[in-house]
Amino acid sequence: MVHMEGLYSAALRMTRNQADAEDLVQETFLKAYRAFGGFEEGTNLRAWLYRILTNTYINTYRARQRRPEITDVEDVEDLYLYKRLIDTDGTLGRSAEDEALAGITDSGLKAALEALPEAFRIAVMLADVEGFSYAEIAEITQVPIGTVMSRIHRGRRALQKALLPLAEARGIVPVAQP
Amino acid sequence: MDEIMNEQAINQPVGPEAGNGPLSIECDEAVHQLYHYLDGELTEERRSQISRHLDGCSPCGAAAHFEAELRHVIADRCRDRVPEALIERVALSINEEQRHGTDG
Repeated sequence: MVHMEGLYSAALRMTRNQADAEDLVQETFLKAYRAFGGFEEGTNLRAWLYRILTNTYINTYRARQRRPEITDVEDVEDLYLYKRLIDTDGTLGRSAEDEALAGITDSGLKAALEALPEAFRIAVMLADVEGFSYAEIAEITQVPIGTVMSRIHRGRRALQKALLPLAEARGIVPVAQP
Repeated sequence: MDEIMNEQAINQPVGPEAGNGPLSIECDEAVHQLYHYLDGELTEERRSQISRHLDGCSPCGAAAHFEAELRHVIADRCRDRVPEALIERVALSINEEQRHGTDG
């Protein structure tokens, strides 16, 4: 059960619904248990578990969602957050940086991540929350590595844009004039 | 989009120690490759080039530091407590599976 915390968090980000996330985790462990007899030594166990999770999600829960899905993110520039946090002299002081990052609460971050379109949400979550490599994510999501890279990078920048109001909320940060 | 970069001097040419030889890169390139760099996804040679640039260029170094800090924040604050009931449910269903298996 050592992977349950990570798998449960991943399930929550995917389904955005606690009941579905719990069902998804239970189903994943059951499938993994059944398939374990065929599990080859030397295979990446953790990536394998997330592959089962992702596959089960796609086959079972994604079809159920009634909300119309937006599938793309707008193009957001590199260093989006950083550029908006730095002061007029081009630097970001330590306390200003700490304040901005402190504004990113658990709930605010999860909401921002869950607001991303699914493909980008899953890619960023697997990379930045679960720490998988590009190659592992390609394996988990069964998508070419180039697509994985694009989704991660574009997803991260879109996430930064969503995090800006949180980072600005602490009051120390220079807010762009309308 | 370029206006902010010009104003904030992110894209100033690299410092005197860098030059324009094959061992050095410009700010544009360092920023563009920053995610790959932080993800540990570049060749050794590329990593050294970028690492040297970040060491020698304070605007880029500061930006990279912020991006790395933000990465830690995202990793730390996206955790969830697993409900006790879920742990029990999963243990129960695996026990069931052990005892009865998949019939047919």
